[in-house]
Amino acid sequence: MTIFNDIGRYLLMIKRMFSRPENAKMYWKELMHQCTEIGFGSLGIVAIISVFIGAVSTIQTAYQLVSPLIPPSTIAQIVRDTVILEFAPTLVCIVLAGVAGSRIASELGNMRVSEQIDALEIMGINTKTYLILPKIIAALLMIPLLVAIAMALGIWGGRLAGVASGIIPGSVYDKGLLEFFVPFNVIFALIKAYVFAFIISSVPAFYGYYVKGGALEIGKASTKAVVVSCILILIADYILSAMLLPSAQ
Amino acid sequence: MIEVKNIKKVFGDKTIIEDVSSVMKAGQCNLIIGASGSGKTVLMKCMVGLFEPNEGEVLYSGESFTAMTGSDKTEIRKQIGMLFQGSALFDSQTVEQNVMFPLNMFTKDSYKEKLRRVNEVLERVNLVGANKKFPSEVSGGMKKRVALARAIVLNPKYLFCDEPNSGLDPQTSLVIDRLIKEITIEYNITTVINTHDMNSVMEIGNSILYMYQGNKEWEGTNKEIIFSKNERLNEFIFASQFLQDAKDMRMLEETGKISGDRNMEELLDKDAPILIPPPNEE
Repeated sequence: MTIFNDIGRYLLMIKRMFSRPENAKMYWKELMHQCTEIGFGSLGIVAIISVFIGAVSTIQTAYQLVSPLIPPSTIAQIVRDTVILEFAPTLVCIVLAGVAGSRIASELGNMRVSEQIDALEIMGINTKTYLILPKIIAALLMIPLLVAIAMALGIWGGRLAGVASGIIPGSVYDKGLLEFFVPFNVIFALIKAYVFAFIISSVPAFYGYYVKGGALEIGKASTKAVVVSCILILIADYILSAMLLPSAQ
Repeated sequence: MIEVKNIKKVFGDKTIIEDVSSVMKAGQCNLIIGASGSGKTVLMKCMVGLFEPNEGEVLYSGESFTAMTGSDKTEIRKQIGMLFQGSALFDSQTVEQNVMFPLNMFTKDSYKEKLRRVNEVLERVNLVGANKKFPSEVSGGMKKRVALARAIVLNPKYLFCDEPNSGLDPQTSLVIDRLIKEITIEYNITTVINTHDMNSVMEIGNSILYMYQGNKEWEGTNKEIIFSKNERLNEFIFASQFLQDAKDMRMLEETGKISGDRNMEELLDKDAPILIPPPNEE
């Protein structure tokens, strides 16, 4: 029954987030702060992961393509599509669930435990609107952007590894990137990024906002938030793939 | 003035507060005292709207806060300042930013005007020059004073203080108590204080509500508390021999009598140099 109770409270939290801001300027400031935290704060790790994922994809794809009948440019096509369709949106968002999600849960959890949320409530501020909504909007703005950057860096990382290890010449890789390119894949990846961004921001916010107890409970809430977010991302990934990819229909 | 009428609060199957009523007047410090778990914090949270009472109502200047809708409640809350037990300062903001926060949120004043007001209240709580410090860089007593400055920066009509002396040494506690009292009188605020600090009770308790296991056990002033015959109250307030002696000395001064079964010799023979000078000493 706890799961239904949690779902109900989560939906009520989302509903109560939408109220008129007490001071638009302060909300804007908070939104910009969250954009910086979520976007720029995660840029480094996203860049590192993306480059290495692309590089490893190139090496492993080349290792498995042993037939002389398959042209080397196919490596670039496979790297491009796996990075765009899966690695950039899903893997990066799972990492972001750990980086940004745990930060959101622990920040709100700490504010709850140290009565900062109560202090805001008593001032007459809708804390759900002031504390949670900017985080969700910031995630919806910044995470698709990070995913787009991850796509580009992943493909570039693949090229870098391919050329450096002599698996594939740069010109062949570039040619392969343009072959059989489906623009919808990018749109699909961005749709996934928006859905995952909502999960990454709202689920940890829920666990952080309703935390009860002390420092130990903040840690537990943060861990639970990351685990639940990752599971939801994987479920959403499957559902979106089944619904939106033509071959699955 | 704040009035609580027949407040009842239940969590699960446990009744935390049962039928508590009281009137808290403006310009005086109204204390809610009681042992840990007696329901005083829950009562205060019901008063400020952090908890919804199951029965009864809270009236602010005659208007029922409990029956109000969201926007009306928000208007009342703008007139409330609250000092939390753990200060509840925003960790990522400086002292100045913490105090300026309510001004930023609810006024359209220029930065210069807001800064002037912030400096004014920081001066009022004796925190001149602490503007740029972060909460992690100031002492417990200073944190309480910053929280107090933030609570009064919008000139509230009602001030709530939840255990303002917890974790503070007696001297700093006294400073905070006196500050709250001065501010209460100066701005004619209705101040409600949750405490189990006996110094506070005697120092600033214009009106005292004693809670026992969720019920109102006794109500009176800090003068009346000395003469109270309520056993539970006496056990709670004058728990130590030292405080019992202090009470008896005060009674002796006021009435020429001492309380209970004790006799004058027993009191005067006691080794209590702070209260009673030795007989042979000038």
